[in-house]
Amino acid sequence: MTSEQDTQAVGGGEDSGSHWGKRVLFLLPVVIFLIVAGYFAWGLLSDRDPSRVPSALIDQKVPQFDLPPVAGLDSPGLSTADLMQADQPVLLNVWASWCVPCRAEHPILMRLAERDGVTVHGINYKDTPADARRFIQNLGNPYTRIGADRSGRAGIQLGVYGVPETYVIGPSGKIRYKHTGPIDSKALNQKILPLLEKLGG
Amino acid sequence: MIRRARTAVWAMRRSLGAFAIALAVALAAPAAAVQPEEKLADPQKEQRAQELGEEIRCLVCQSESIANSNADLAKDLRVLIREKIQAGQSNQEIKDFLQSRYGDYVLLRPPVKPETYVLWYGPAAITALGALGVGVFFWRRNKRPAAQQKLSADEQRRLNHILDGE
Repeated sequence: MTSEQDTQAVGGGEDSGSHWGKRVLFLLPVVIFLIVAGYFAWGLLSDRDPSRVPSALIDQKVPQFDLPPVAGLDSPGLSTADLMQADQPVLLNVWASWCVPCRAEHPILMRLAERDGVTVHGINYKDTPADARRFIQNLGNPYTRIGADRSGRAGIQLGVYGVPETYVIGPSGKIRYKHTGPIDSKALNQKILPLLEKLGG
Repeated sequence: MIRRARTAVWAMRRSLGAFAIALAVALAAPAAAVQPEEKLADPQKEQRAQELGEEIRCLVCQSESIANSNADLAKDLRVLIREKIQAGQSNQEIKDFLQSRYGDYVLLRPPVKPETYVLWYGPAAITALGALGVGVFFWRRNKRPAAQQKLSADEQRRLNHILDGE
Protein backbone atom coordinates (compact mmCIF):
# COMPACT_ATOMS: atom_id res chain seq x y z
CA MET A 1 0.00 0.00 0.00
CA THR A 2 1.39 3.38 -0.94
CA SER A 3 0.79 6.37 1.27
CA GLU A 4 -1.39 7.93 -1.39
CA GLN A 5 -3.80 5.05 -1.29
CA ASP A 6 -3.73 5.37 2.50
CA THR A 7 -5.04 8.90 2.54
CA GLN A 8 -7.62 8.11 -0.07
CA ALA A 9 -8.91 5.23 1.96
CA VAL A 10 -9.23 7.39 5.06
CA GLY A 11 -10.84 10.27 3.19
CA GLY A 12 -13.29 7.99 1.49
CA GLY A 13 -14.69 6.96 4.84
CA GLU A 14 -16.65 10.21 5.25
CA ASP A 15 -19.46 11.34 3.06
CA SER A 16 -18.36 13.88 0.50
CA GLY A 17 -20.92 16.62 1.40
CA SER A 18 -19.59 17.40 4.89
CA HIS A 19 -16.07 16.93 3.57
CA TRP A 20 -16.58 19.82 1.18
CA GLY A 21 -18.10 21.93 3.97
CA LYS A 22 -15.04 21.30 6.09
CA ARG A 23 -12.75 22.43 3.31
CA VAL A 24 -14.58 25.74 3.13
CA LEU A 25 -14.26 26.04 6.90
CA PHE A 26 -10.52 25.47 6.67
CA LEU A 27 -10.29 28.26 4.12
CA LEU A 28 -12.12 30.68 6.41
CA PRO A 29 -9.01 31.77 8.39
CA VAL A 30 -7.23 32.45 5.10
CA VAL A 31 -10.13 34.60 3.94
CA ILE A 32 -10.20 36.48 7.25
CA PHE A 33 -6.44 36.94 7.06
CA LEU A 34 -6.71 38.36 3.56
CA ILE A 35 -9.41 40.83 4.62
CA VAL A 36 -7.39 42.00 7.64
CA ALA A 37 -4.21 42.16 5.56
CA GLY A 38 -6.08 44.22 3.00
CA TYR A 39 -7.05 46.77 5.64
CA PHE A 40 -3.50 46.90 6.95
CA ALA A 41 -2.10 47.38 3.47
CA TRP A 42 -4.59 50.20 2.88
CA GLY A 43 -3.57 51.83 6.18
CA LEU A 44 0.13 51.52 5.40
CA LEU A 45 0.24 52.27 1.71
CA SER A 46 -2.48 54.82 1.04
CA ASP A 47 -1.84 58.53 1.44
CA ARG A 48 -4.43 58.75 4.19
CA ASP A 49 -3.14 60.61 7.25
CA PRO A 50 -5.13 59.36 10.25
CA SER A 51 -4.27 62.42 12.35
CA ARG A 52 -5.97 64.70 9.84
CA VAL A 53 -9.44 65.68 10.95
CA PRO A 54 -11.94 66.42 8.17
CA SER A 55 -13.51 69.84 8.46
CA ALA A 56 -17.04 70.00 9.77
CA LEU A 57 -17.59 73.23 7.85
CA ILE A 58 -17.34 71.99 4.27
CA ASP A 59 -20.20 73.42 2.19
CA GLN A 60 -21.17 75.78 4.98
CA LYS A 61 -20.93 79.52 5.21
CA VAL A 62 -17.84 81.03 6.76
CA PRO A 63 -18.53 81.47 10.49
CA GLN A 64 -18.72 84.92 12.04
CA PHE A 65 -15.53 86.75 12.86
CA ASP A 66 -14.31 90.31 12.58
CA LEU A 67 -10.57 90.72 12.89
CA PRO A 68 -8.54 93.94 13.06
CA PRO A 69 -5.48 94.39 10.84
CA VAL A 70 -1.99 93.54 12.03
CA ALA A 71 -0.63 96.78 13.45
CA GLY A 72 1.96 98.33 11.15
CA LEU A 73 1.05 96.40 8.01
CA ASP A 74 -0.64 97.89 4.95
CA SER A 75 -3.16 95.05 4.57
CA PRO A 76 -6.61 95.83 6.00
CA GLY A 77 -8.28 93.53 8.54
CA LEU A 78 -10.58 90.67 7.68
CA SER A 79 -14.18 89.97 8.58
CA THR A 80 -16.78 87.44 7.46
CA ALA A 81 -18.44 90.14 5.35
CA ASP A 82 -15.31 90.50 3.19
CA LEU A 83 -15.53 86.82 2.29
CA MET A 84 -19.28 86.95 1.60
CA GLN A 85 -18.96 89.80 -0.89
CA ALA A 86 -16.31 88.23 -3.09
CA ASP A 87 -17.46 87.30 -6.59
CA GLN A 88 -14.47 85.08 -7.19
CA PRO A 89 -13.25 82.15 -5.11
CA VAL A 90 -10.58 83.11 -2.58
CA LEU A 91 -8.04 81.32 -0.47
CA LEU A 92 -8.05 81.86 3.27
CA ASN A 93 -4.72 80.95 4.81
CA VAL A 94 -4.25 80.67 8.58
CA TRP A 95 -0.62 81.34 9.43
CA ALA A 96 1.73 82.43 12.18
CA SER A 97 5.32 83.62 12.29
CA TRP A 98 6.17 80.92 14.83
CA CYS A 99 4.94 78.20 12.51
CA VAL A 100 7.78 76.62 10.56
CA PRO A 101 5.67 74.88 7.87
CA CYS A 102 4.09 78.29 7.16
CA ARG A 103 7.47 79.45 5.95
CA ALA A 104 7.72 76.39 3.75
CA GLU A 105 4.41 77.05 2.02
CA HIS A 106 4.85 80.82 1.76
CA PRO A 107 6.49 80.80 -1.70
CA ILE A 108 3.49 78.85 -3.03
CA LEU A 109 1.11 81.50 -1.68
CA MET A 110 3.29 84.25 -3.17
CA ARG A 111 3.21 82.56 -6.57
CA LEU A 112 -0.56 82.03 -6.38
CA ALA A 113 -1.14 85.69 -5.58
CA GLU A 114 1.39 87.24 -7.96
CA ARG A 115 1.50 84.92 -10.94
CA ASP A 116 -1.92 83.27 -10.90
CA GLY A 117 -3.83 86.31 -9.66
CA VAL A 118 -5.63 84.41 -6.91
CA THR A 119 -7.00 86.48 -4.04
CA VAL A 120 -5.39 85.20 -0.85
CA HIS A 121 -6.58 86.37 2.56
CA GLY A 122 -4.71 85.62 5.73
CA ILE A 123 -5.52 85.09 9.38
CA ASN A 124 -2.52 85.75 11.55
CA TYR A 125 -3.11 83.19 14.29
CA LYS A 126 -1.95 83.85 17.87
CA ASP A 127 0.98 85.99 16.87
CA THR A 128 2.50 89.30 17.96
CA PRO A 129 2.31 92.20 15.49
CA ALA A 130 6.11 92.66 15.55
CA ASP A 131 6.76 89.00 14.64
CA ALA A 132 4.03 89.02 11.99
CA ARG A 133 5.51 92.19 10.45
CA ARG A 134 8.99 90.69 10.35
CA PHE A 135 7.65 87.53 8.70
CA ILE A 136 5.88 89.53 5.98
CA GLN A 137 8.82 91.90 5.46
CA ASN A 138 11.25 89.01 5.02
CA LEU A 139 9.13 86.71 2.89
CA GLY A 140 6.72 89.03 1.05
CA ASN A 141 3.03 89.67 1.39
CA PRO A 142 0.69 87.51 -0.68
CA TYR A 143 -2.36 88.59 1.32
CA THR A 144 -4.99 91.08 0.22
CA ARG A 145 -6.36 91.26 3.75
CA ILE A 146 -4.87 90.00 6.99
CA GLY A 147 -6.91 89.60 10.15
CA ALA A 148 -5.03 89.45 13.43
CA ASP A 149 -6.47 86.67 15.58
CA ARG A 150 -4.46 87.16 18.73
CA SER A 151 -6.80 85.22 21.01
CA GLY A 152 -7.31 82.35 18.60
CA ARG A 153 -11.09 82.69 18.82
CA ALA A 154 -11.63 83.13 15.09
CA GLY A 155 -9.49 80.03 14.69
CA ILE A 156 -11.84 78.07 16.93
CA GLN A 157 -14.82 79.40 14.94
CA LEU A 158 -13.18 78.00 11.81
CA GLY A 159 -12.20 74.72 13.43
CA VAL A 160 -8.48 75.41 13.17
CA TYR A 161 -6.41 72.90 15.11
CA GLY A 162 -2.96 73.31 13.62
CA VAL A 163 -1.48 76.05 11.49
CA PRO A 164 -1.03 76.32 8.59
CA GLU A 165 -4.52 75.64 7.34
CA THR A 166 -5.88 76.80 4.03
CA TYR A 167 -9.51 77.11 3.02
CA VAL A 168 -10.92 77.45 -0.47
CA ILE A 169 -13.93 79.73 -0.18
CA GLY A 170 -16.49 79.94 -2.93
CA PRO A 171 -17.99 83.18 -4.27
CA SER A 172 -20.89 83.34 -1.79
CA GLY A 173 -18.71 82.75 1.24
CA LYS A 174 -19.14 78.99 1.30
CA ILE A 175 -16.22 76.89 2.50
CA ARG A 176 -15.48 74.37 -0.23
CA TYR A 177 -12.23 72.74 0.81
CA LYS A 178 -9.82 72.72 3.69
CA HIS A 179 -6.19 71.75 3.58
CA THR A 180 -4.46 71.11 6.91
CA GLY A 181 -0.70 71.51 6.97
CA PRO A 182 1.55 73.23 4.45
CA ILE A 183 0.29 73.30 0.88
CA ASP A 184 2.41 70.94 -1.19
CA SER A 185 2.49 70.72 -4.96
CA LYS A 186 0.22 67.67 -4.89
CA ALA A 187 -2.53 69.39 -2.90
CA LEU A 188 -2.08 72.49 -5.04
CA ASN A 189 -2.27 70.81 -8.43
CA GLN A 190 -4.79 68.10 -7.65
CA LYS A 191 -7.20 69.92 -5.33
CA ILE A 192 -6.77 73.64 -4.89
CA LEU A 193 -6.08 74.84 -8.43
CA PRO A 194 -8.79 72.68 -10.10
CA LEU A 195 -11.30 73.78 -7.48
CA LEU A 196 -10.43 77.46 -7.92
CA GLU A 197 -10.83 77.08 -11.65
CA LYS A 198 -14.17 75.33 -11.30
CA LEU A 199 -15.54 77.90 -8.87
CA GLY A 200 -14.17 80.83 -10.84
CA GLY A 201 -16.01 79.72 -13.97
CA MET B 1 12.77 24.91 57.77
CA ILE B 2 12.46 28.21 59.64
CA ARG B 3 14.71 29.93 57.15
CA ARG B 4 12.58 28.74 54.32
CA ALA B 5 9.45 30.05 56.01
CA ARG B 6 11.11 33.39 56.53
CA THR B 7 12.08 33.62 52.87
CA ALA B 8 8.53 32.85 51.95
CA VAL B 9 7.29 35.69 54.16
CA TRP B 10 9.76 38.05 52.57
CA ALA B 11 8.72 37.02 49.11
CA MET B 12 5.12 37.55 50.09
CA ARG B 13 5.86 40.97 51.55
CA ARG B 14 7.72 41.96 48.46
CA SER B 15 4.94 40.92 46.13
CA LEU B 16 2.44 42.67 48.40
CA GLY B 17 4.50 45.83 48.13
CA ALA B 18 4.62 45.52 44.36
CA PHE B 19 0.88 44.99 44.31
CA ALA B 20 0.34 48.09 46.46
CA ILE B 21 2.45 50.19 44.11
CA ALA B 22 0.63 48.83 41.07
CA LEU B 23 -2.70 49.58 42.73
CA ALA B 24 -1.63 53.12 43.61
CA VAL B 25 -0.48 53.74 40.04
CA ALA B 26 -3.68 52.33 38.61
CA LEU B 27 -5.94 54.33 40.89
CA ALA B 28 -4.02 57.61 40.64
CA ALA B 29 -6.11 60.28 38.95
CA PRO B 30 -4.70 61.39 35.60
CA ALA B 31 -2.89 64.69 35.97
CA ALA B 32 -5.16 67.54 35.02
CA ALA B 33 -3.66 70.30 32.92
CA VAL B 34 -6.23 72.85 34.09
CA GLN B 35 -4.35 75.85 35.44
CA PRO B 36 -5.44 77.54 38.67
CA GLU B 37 -6.12 80.87 36.96
CA GLU B 38 -8.51 79.20 34.51
CA LYS B 39 -10.78 77.89 37.23
CA LEU B 40 -14.21 79.32 37.84
CA ALA B 41 -15.02 80.73 41.27
CA ASP B 42 -18.27 78.78 41.51
CA PRO B 43 -17.27 75.18 42.40
CA GLN B 44 -20.41 73.75 40.83
CA LYS B 45 -19.73 75.45 37.50
CA GLU B 46 -16.06 74.50 37.72
CA GLN B 47 -17.14 70.89 38.24
CA ARG B 48 -19.28 71.08 35.09
CA ALA B 49 -16.42 72.60 33.12
CA GLN B 50 -14.11 69.87 34.36
CA GLU B 51 -16.53 67.11 33.35
CA LEU B 52 -17.09 68.68 29.93
CA GLY B 53 -13.36 69.01 29.41
CA GLU B 54 -12.97 65.28 29.98
CA GLU B 55 -15.31 64.59 27.07
CA ILE B 56 -13.70 66.88 24.52
CA ARG B 57 -10.78 65.61 22.48
CA CYS B 58 -7.68 67.73 22.13
CA LEU B 59 -7.24 67.84 18.36
CA VAL B 60 -3.55 68.59 18.61
CA CYS B 61 -2.63 65.53 20.67
CA GLN B 62 -5.72 63.53 19.67
CA SER B 63 -5.59 60.82 22.31
CA GLU B 64 -5.97 63.19 25.23
CA SER B 65 -8.94 65.14 26.47
CA ILE B 66 -8.58 68.91 26.67
CA ALA B 67 -8.73 68.58 30.47
CA ASN B 68 -5.50 66.56 30.38
CA SER B 69 -3.66 68.27 27.57
CA ASN B 70 -1.09 71.02 27.82
CA ALA B 71 -1.52 72.06 24.20
CA ASP B 72 -2.32 75.71 23.51
CA LEU B 73 -5.55 74.89 21.72
CA ALA B 74 -6.69 72.73 24.64
CA LYS B 75 -6.18 75.66 26.99
CA ASP B 76 -8.11 77.95 24.64
CA LEU B 77 -10.97 75.47 24.50
CA ARG B 78 -11.01 75.08 28.29
CA VAL B 79 -11.27 78.83 28.68
CA LEU B 80 -13.96 78.97 25.98
CA ILE B 81 -16.01 76.28 27.74
CA ARG B 82 -15.80 78.19 31.01
CA GLU B 83 -16.89 81.41 29.31
CA LYS B 84 -19.86 79.66 27.77
CA ILE B 85 -20.81 78.13 31.12
CA GLN B 86 -20.61 81.60 32.70
CA ALA B 87 -22.82 82.87 29.90
CA GLY B 88 -25.43 80.31 30.93
CA GLN B 89 -25.12 77.78 28.11
CA SER B 90 -26.00 74.14 28.76
CA ASN B 91 -23.50 71.31 28.37
CA GLN B 92 -25.33 70.16 25.26
CA GLU B 93 -25.18 73.62 23.67
CA ILE B 94 -21.44 73.79 24.27
CA LYS B 95 -20.86 70.32 22.86
CA ASP B 96 -23.03 71.14 19.85
CA PHE B 97 -20.96 74.25 19.19
CA LEU B 98 -17.66 72.37 19.31
CA GLN B 99 -19.09 69.59 17.17
CA SER B 100 -20.23 72.11 14.57
CA ARG B 101 -16.68 73.48 14.37
CA TYR B 102 -14.52 70.40 14.70
CA GLY B 103 -16.85 67.54 13.75
CA ASP B 104 -17.77 64.37 15.63
CA TYR B 105 -14.11 63.64 16.21
CA VAL B 106 -13.89 66.31 18.90
CA LEU B 107 -16.21 64.26 21.10
CA LEU B 108 -14.32 61.51 22.90
CA ARG B 109 -17.61 59.58 23.09
CA PRO B 110 -18.77 59.43 19.48
CA PRO B 111 -22.50 59.89 18.81
CA VAL B 112 -24.59 56.86 17.82
CA LYS B 113 -25.69 57.30 14.20
CA PRO B 114 -25.62 55.17 11.04
CA GLU B 115 -21.98 56.05 10.29
CA THR B 116 -20.90 54.87 13.73
CA TYR B 117 -23.07 51.75 14.04
CA VAL B 118 -20.07 49.56 13.19
CA LEU B 119 -18.08 51.27 15.92
CA TRP B 120 -20.79 50.91 18.55
CA TYR B 121 -22.30 47.54 17.66
CA GLY B 122 -19.38 45.88 15.82
CA PRO B 123 -17.72 44.39 18.92
CA ALA B 124 -21.05 43.00 20.18
CA ALA B 125 -21.79 41.54 16.74
CA ILE B 126 -18.35 39.90 16.54
CA THR B 127 -18.75 38.51 20.07
CA ALA B 128 -22.17 37.11 19.16
CA LEU B 129 -20.74 35.51 16.01
CA GLY B 130 -17.87 34.02 18.01
CA ALA B 131 -20.26 32.69 20.66
CA LEU B 132 -22.37 31.16 17.91
CA GLY B 133 -19.28 29.51 16.42
CA VAL B 134 -18.23 28.09 19.79
CA GLY B 135 -21.79 26.89 20.40
CA VAL B 136 -21.91 25.11 17.05
CA PHE B 137 -18.50 23.55 17.72
CA PHE B 138 -19.56 22.04 21.05
CA TRP B 139 -22.96 21.02 19.76
CA ARG B 140 -21.36 19.09 16.94
CA ARG B 141 -18.72 17.56 19.20
CA ASN B 142 -21.41 16.28 21.55
CA LYS B 143 -23.32 14.78 18.66
CA ARG B 144 -20.39 13.02 17.08
CA PRO B 145 -19.69 10.13 19.52
CA ALA B 146 -23.21 8.80 19.03
CA ALA B 147 -22.77 8.81 15.30
CA GLN B 148 -19.38 7.11 15.41
CA GLN B 149 -19.47 3.58 14.10
CA LYS B 150 -17.32 0.65 15.04
CA LEU B 151 -14.25 0.16 12.92
CA SER B 152 -14.89 -1.73 9.75
CA ALA B 153 -13.09 -5.02 9.22
CA ASP B 154 -10.73 -3.30 6.81
CA GLU B 155 -9.92 -0.48 9.25
CA GLN B 156 -9.43 -2.97 12.09
CA ARG B 157 -6.96 -4.91 9.94
CA ARG B 158 -5.01 -1.74 9.11
CA LEU B 159 -5.00 -0.66 12.75
CA ASN B 160 -3.62 -4.02 13.82
CA HIS B 161 -1.06 -3.74 11.07
CA ILE B 162 0.10 -0.32 12.38
CA LEU B 163 0.08 -1.38 16.04
CA ASP B 164 2.10 -4.48 15.25
CA GLY B 165 4.74 -2.28 13.73
CA GLU B 166 4.72 -3.63 10.19
